[in-house]
Amino acid sequence: METLMKRVNLPQLARQQGILIAFVIFLAVVAASSDTFLTTGNILQVLRQASILGTMALGVTFVVICGRLDLSVGSALSLTTVLVVDLHDKIGPGPAILVTLVAGLLVGVVNGLLIGYVRLNSLIVTLGMLSTLQGVTLIYTGGKNVSVANPEATWFGFFGRGHFLDIPVPVWIFLGGAAVLGVILARTSYGRQVYAVGGNETASRFSGVNARRIVFSAYLLSGLTTAVAAVIMGSRVMGSQNNVGQGYELQVLAGIILGGTSLLGGSGTLLKTVIGIAILGFIENGLLLLGYPYYVQWLVTWAVIIGAVWLDVASKRGRLFV
Amino acid sequence: MKSATSMDKTMNRSADAPTLEAPTGRGIAGEALHWISRHPIWLFLAACVIFFSFGSPYFFTPFNLSNILVQSAFIGFLSIGMTLIMINGNIDLTVGSTLALCASLAVGLQDYGLVVAIAGAVAAGLLLGLLNGVIVVKTGVHSFIVTLGGLIGIRGLVFVYTGENSLSATNMSFLDFGMISFGPISIIAVLFVVLMLAFQWMLSRTRHGREAYAIGGNLSAAENAGVKVSRHIVINFVISGLMAAVAGITMATQMGAATPNLGTNYELWTVIAVVLGGTKLQGGAGSLWGTLGGVLTLGVLRNGMNLMHVQPFYVLVILGLVLILALFVDKQINKE
Repeated sequence: METLMKRVNLPQLARQQGILIAFVIFLAVVAASSDTFLTTGNILQVLRQASILGTMALGVTFVVICGRLDLSVGSALSLTTVLVVDLHDKIGPGPAILVTLVAGLLVGVVNGLLIGYVRLNSLIVTLGMLSTLQGVTLIYTGGKNVSVANPEATWFGFFGRGHFLDIPVPVWIFLGGAAVLGVILARTSYGRQVYAVGGNETASRFSGVNARRIVFSAYLLSGLTTAVAAVIMGSRVMGSQNNVGQGYELQVLAGIILGGTSLLGGSGTLLKTVIGIAILGFIENGLLLLGYPYYVQWLVTWAVIIGAVWLDVASKRGRLFV
Repeated sequence: MKSATSMDKTMNRSADAPTLEAPTGRGIAGEALHWISRHPIWLFLAACVIFFSFGSPYFFTPFNLSNILVQSAFIGFLSIGMTLIMINGNIDLTVGSTLALCASLAVGLQDYGLVVAIAGAVAAGLLLGLLNGVIVVKTGVHSFIVTLGGLIGIRGLVFVYTGENSLSATNMSFLDFGMISFGPISIIAVLFVVLMLAFQWMLSRTRHGREAYAIGGNLSAAENAGVKVSRHIVINFVISGLMAAVAGITMATQMGAATPNLGTNYELWTVIAVVLGGTKLQGGAGSLWGTLGGVLTLGVLRNGMNLMHVQPFYVLVILGLVLILALFVDKQINKE
């Protein structure tokens, strides 16, 4: 009975689900002034636009739950997008995608070795990789943009432009990937080990978890999902600039944090990440529909990120201020 | 009693206790060795300078060296604030965006007179620093998250203020300021070095500086010892905002303009410079001597490789690898 009372305790509900409540209010306000906002077409459009960021965020979520960071994913996205687009005309779409996925995994291997096995600080290593991979991308292209010569004559467009059962393929990839990885994270012993490493690495080692391998694998996943995001990106644009992923590393983190996954590691889910990424997408779309210029979303994101995490820590602390 | 003596030691290190300054009786050479061992980045910097001096006849000239100082100054200003904040155990990712906002204000407000423009830019930097600091200490949200939000939001402020346009400076004395030089040394380089020295003095010789280390070393212990933790943390964020304003204003005088994308990624380069300088992300250790070495290393590498006609693309790769290598070496040394 008492727990039931607690469940309907409004202030507590506001603290714990505050960000979702604020989000629902935001949806209602925009929906009231725009007929198109809550139509299936627009919602799918938002999800489609969010799918690149979202797909990257899936792998990065594993890294964050491990208690690490990955700032290299933006540069890795630039590199892999350039690769898939450039190789498309040279070796055909199938091999190009394969090479791209391998390249993404290789980035993960380097990060994973340095952070998982050599045990260097993840923020600095991936910061170094951010710079290194941006340089590698520029060396590869010689500073030129790349593009697919004839976008109409290839099945490569399927990943970014295609539809399956009336739902855009990028959305399938994003949400399908979230479902598969979500099950792995929540239901397998591997997933439990990821939480264990992030929660208390020393304790996890004493209970037989190979923490180094778990961290390594998280970076592999992060590299892989980034390469998959690159395939979507390349397929949608059919071309790429050298710095196409610049700033994505911070956007991805913003989405993950917004969903409620702690940067300290040991907690979080992929559902939270999907919600966080979707919130970012709907804020952008809603503000544009209301007629604001695109950069106003950045101001709202500022308040929303800090507000969301504040509510989270405040509810754990039991009071609003320190 | 024992703790009281060790407390006295740290408190008096600077004052009238020469025996504590050189407890092992090191000579000048010994002192220099000791200093280098605490700031190994200067060894690497010296190696780079020697290498590039042989690599290019244009490198070791007064004009070029002064040029490196000017090129390094902007990251340098930002790294002063970042060092203080990182010694506290925090991080400030807003510096690049704040730089852009202050540069835009310093240029955009010139119709109201130069004083208003500069005051406006400085006030914006101070206020944003204050805002970051107050949010960090009052909400308990980690500074990484607070300033990640700020990085995105303040860039939004820049775009709202400028309407996505580049602004051109009209005030002549504003444009002339960046051109002032003493011999081959530009006023911006002088400002950079003077501010570095002044804040290093603050760090090693004032109570605020000492307590910054205490907070980063062990926050709750510092709190229990009566250190006003929140106030020190907020002060350092305000200093960081001020330094971002200085960087933004000086950059705008040099360019004669402010673009809305100014300073993009500068927060990352600043963190790289500070970490190269030996300041720990976990807090409690570091100095501006090290940071100065880190900033100059980045500047020398960029400039030297440029003079040796290394393509800028390779410079990004080398800088990234140097950072990871430095971290690796540091880890190996500290293991032993």
